Amino acid sequence: MKRTNEMIVGLAMVAVITVITWGVFAVGDNMTAGVTPFSRDVYQLHMIVLGIVTVIGILVFAAMFTSIYLHRKSRGAEAAKFTHSTRAEIIWTVIPILILVAMAIPATRVLIDMEDTSGAEMNIKVTGYQWLWQYEYLEDGISFYSALDRDSNAARQIGSDISPREVDNYLLEVDKRMVVPTNTRIRVLLTSGDVIHSWWVPDLGWKRDAIPGMVNEAWTLIEEPGVYRGQCAELCGKDHGFMPVVVEAVSPEDYRAWVAEQTGGQQTAEVGQPLDEMDRDTLMAHGEDIYDAHCAACHREDGSGMQPAFPALAGNAVVTGDVSQHIDVVVNGRPGTAMAAFGQRLEARDIAAALTYTRNAFGNETGDLVQPADVVPLIDAQLDERLVSADRAAN
Amino acid sequence: MTDTTAHIDDHHAQPKGLARWLFTTNHKEIGTLYLVFSLAMFIVGGAMAMVIRAELFQPGLQLVNPEFFNQMTTMHALVMIFGAVMPAFVGLANWMIPMMVGAPDMALPRMNNWSFWILPFAFLILLSTLFMPSGAPASGWTLYPPLSLQGGNSFAFVIFAIHLMGISSIMGAINIIATILNMRAPGMTLLRMPLFVWTWLITAFLLIAVMPVLAGAVTMLLTDRFFDTSFFNAAGGGDPVMYQHIFWFFGHPEVYIMILPAFGIISEIIPTFSRKRLFGYTSMVYATASIAFLSFIVWAHHMFTVGMPLGASLFFMYATMVIAVPTGIKIFNWVSTMWRGSMTFETPMLFAIAFVILFTIGGLSGVMLAIVPADFQYHDTYFVVAHFHYVLVTGAVFAIMAAAYYWMPKWTGHMYDERLGKIHFWWSTISVNVLFFPQHYLGLAGMPRRIPDYSVQFAEFNLISSIGGFAFGLAQLLFVWIVIKCVRGGEKATAGVWEGAHGLEWTVPSPAPLHTFDTPPQVDDSVTAHKDQLA
Repeated sequence: MKRTNEMIVGLAMVAVITVITWGVFAVGDNMTAGVTPFSRDVYQLHMIVLGIVTVIGILVFAAMFTSIYLHRKSRGAEAAKFTHSTRAEIIWTVIPILILVAMAIPATRVLIDMEDTSGAEMNIKVTGYQWLWQYEYLEDGISFYSALDRDSNAARQIGSDISPREVDNYLLEVDKRMVVPTNTRIRVLLTSGDVIHSWWVPDLGWKRDAIPGMVNEAWTLIEEPGVYRGQCAELCGKDHGFMPVVVEAVSPEDYRAWVAEQTGGQQTAEVGQPLDEMDRDTLMAHGEDIYDAHCAACHREDGSGMQPAFPALAGNAVVTGDVSQHIDVVVNGRPGTAMAAFGQRLEARDIAAALTYTRNAFGNETGDLVQPADVVPLIDAQLDERLVSADRAAN
Repeated sequence: MTDTTAHIDDHHAQPKGLARWLFTTNHKEIGTLYLVFSLAMFIVGGAMAMVIRAELFQPGLQLVNPEFFNQMTTMHALVMIFGAVMPAFVGLANWMIPMMVGAPDMALPRMNNWSFWILPFAFLILLSTLFMPSGAPASGWTLYPPLSLQGGNSFAFVIFAIHLMGISSIMGAINIIATILNMRAPGMTLLRMPLFVWTWLITAFLLIAVMPVLAGAVTMLLTDRFFDTSFFNAAGGGDPVMYQHIFWFFGHPEVYIMILPAFGIISEIIPTFSRKRLFGYTSMVYATASIAFLSFIVWAHHMFTVGMPLGASLFFMYATMVIAVPTGIKIFNWVSTMWRGSMTFETPMLFAIAFVILFTIGGLSGVMLAIVPADFQYHDTYFVVAHFHYVLVTGAVFAIMAAAYYWMPKWTGHMYDERLGKIHFWWSTISVNVLFFPQHYLGLAGMPRRIPDYSVQFAEFNLISSIGGFAFGLAQLLFVWIVIKCVRGGEKATAGVWEGAHGLEWTVPSPAPLHTFDTPPQVDDSVTAHKDQLA
C-alpha cells in the first residue's frame, strides 16, 4: 500500500515538474545555433547536456516532493529507521559516472575539432585595445580599427536624451565592420595591446581571450552571408560594455570587391605620404577623426575628461605646455594609469594630427603644429627599448 | 543534561559595554561578533547589488557612470565573499563547534579574538577606497592584471585589506582545526562528529592551503604596480595568464570553502525536521573530503577561453565533471534522509529544502559549464552569473539563513517569530528566482557579464531580474527585523528546541550559558545526530 502510494504520487510529481520545466524553457531564450559547423556542434552539445541535467533534476525533485507530500508528520507519517543502503549508494555513484562519460565523449570530439586550426585559407589578426578592435588581414594587407558607432555612442552617454530603443542595433554596431568571405576557412589570431579582452560573436560559436604578449588562435567557417554581432566578453575597464564586434560575411566575390575598395588608397590620398608635412587644416581635420576614435572615450569629445581618472585636456598643463613632453605622454603613455602608449598603435602622422588637434581645440589656442617628423624619434626610441627588453627576457 | 545549568559564569569580573566585546575570548561572544559583522556586510554588499540592478533596470546609462559601475561589481563580490559569507560560517563555527564536540571553548581563545577584530579594520580599509581620489578597485574581484594594475594608489589599500582578511581566515582555520582535533569530549570519536563539524574541519584545511596562495598572488600585483617588477607584465617577460592560474588555484577551493560548511548545516537540519537519522553519514564524510581534494585540480575550468593546450583543457573538463559524483551523492543522501521520515516544515527546514533544490539547479548548470566547447559560449556571460548566484545565494546564503533560524533559539533563548520567518522564506525564495533565473536566458542570448549597459534585446529579462533583486533585497531587511525581535524577546525556548534534534548542543539550556561543558560530557551514539553503524 505504502509503495503503491509512493509510485502514484511520484509519477504525478514527475508530470507536474516536467510541465513546469517545459514552461520555464518555453518562456526563455536559448543559445543560438549559429552559422558555422562548430557553432552547430556546440549548440547540439548544449542541448544534449541540458536535456540530461533536466531529466536528472526532474527525477530528484520528484522524489523529494513525493516525500514532502507523503512523509509529513501532519499526515501521521512515522519515521523509518534506515540510515544507509549500500546497494542504493553504489547505484547512485555508478550511474552518474556513466552519464558523465556519455557527455564527455561528444564534448571531447568537438573540442579536438575546434583546436585544429590547420588548413586556413586566410588569416586575420585581431588586436584588442581599450576600447576598440584592430583587424589586420594578413594576406590582403588591410588594417583598420573598429569602434562603437557614433549613434550608439551618443545615446549611451549618461544623461543623454536619446532613447536606446531609437538607435538601430544599440551597442551592437561599429563604425567599420570586419568583412569576411563565406565558406572560407579563416584562422583568427588574437592578441591585445593593453589589457585582456575577449573576442566573441555568439553566431560563430566561440569566444577567445585577446591577451597582451600572447597570440591565441581559433578558426571559423561561416556558411551563411549576414551580419553577426557580439561584444567584448572580458572586463577590460570603463568601456568594456561598449566595444562591440560586428562581422559581415559576404560571398567571396563581394569580398574581393571589398578588398579592392579598401586597398584603393583613399585614406592615404587625404593626408599624403606617411611622413609628409601637413598644413594646419589637414592636421586638424585628421586629428579630430583620430581623437574621436582613440581619445574621446576617456577624454570626451569636448576634451572635458572624466574626473578623477581621466583628466580634462581643455586647459591641461601638458597639452598647453611643452610640446616634447606632450609627445612623450602620448607615445609612451603613463604607466600605472589607463593612459595607453600609442607609439606602436598609431602611425606617426595620426599621433601628430591628434596632438595638433588637442593643442588647438577645446579652447587650447597654442597655435602649435606637430608634424610626423617630430614624433618619429620617440617612436623609434620606444621600439628600440622594447627590442632590448625583449632580448633580455629571451636570454 | 550536563552540569552547566548549575554553573555560574562569573569566574572573574566581566568587563561591561564596549570593553566586553573588544577583549572577549569567549567563543559564543566572538561567534556573535562574527555573525553581526557578517550581517552588516551582507547589507552593505546588498546595497551595492541594488546599485547594479538599478542601473541595469533599463537600457542606457541612467544612474552611475561605467567606472563606478565596475567599482560596484568588484566591491559587491569582495564584500559578499570575504565580508558576509566567510565570516558568517566562521561565526557559526565559533558558536557551534565547541558545543557540538563538548569542548568548553575554542582551543586558542586569544587568537580567536584577534582573528575577529582584524576584520572590521580590513573592511574599513577596503570600503574607504570608495572615497579615495582613484576610487575603489574596478577590475572585478579576480583583480586580473594588466587591468587591475591601471588602478590608482588606492590599489595598495585593497591589497593590504586582502592580506588582513587572509590572516584572519588562516588564524580562524587554525583555531578550528586545533579545537576539533584536540578538544573533543570523551567518546566523541571522529566518526561520531556532527557533519557540520566534519565539513568545517575539511574547510579549515582548504583555507590554510589556499589563503597564502591568494596572498602571494596579490603581493606580486603589489610589486608589479608599485615596485616595477614584471611578474605579470608581458613586456617585461612576465605572463598575465600566470596570475589567473595562481588566482584560481586559490579561487576554486575558495568556492568550496563557501559551500562545504553549508553542506554541513543542511546535514544537521534535514534529519532534525525529518525525525530520522542522516542517511549515509560515512559516505557524506568521504564525499566532502573528495570534493575538497578535487577542488585543487580543477582551477583552470575558469580559464577555458584563455587558450590552453588541448590536453590541459580535456584534463580540467574531466576533473570538473567528476565533482558531480560526490556532490550528487550528497543530494541523494539528503533526499533519502527525508524519504519515509516524519517531516515538519519550520523555517529552517523550508530554507534547507530550498537549498537542496536551488543548489541542485546551480550544480546542474555547473555540469553544463564544465563542457569546454559549450563553455566557449557560456563563459563570462550572465549564464555564469546565474550559475554562481544559485550556488552562492540560494546555496551558501540560504544555508546560513537556515542555520540562523535553526540555532537562534539556542543563542537567544527565545523562539523567533515563526509567522514572520515563513513570510521571509517565501518572499526570499520567490524573489531570488525572479532575480537569478532570467539571467540564464540573458547569458544564453549573448549578454556578457560586468557590463553597465546592454543592447535592447536584453531589456525584458533585465527588467524582471531587477524587480526580483529589489524584492529580494527588501526581504532581507525583514530578516534583520526578525533577528532583532528574537534577541529582544519571544516565546521561551526549551533546551531541546526542536522535537527531532539530536546532538550535544541541544543538551545545554537555551540560551546557552556563557560557559558550557566545563566538565566534558561522556558521548555515545545515543546523543549524536548520526548513527550509521546500524544497518
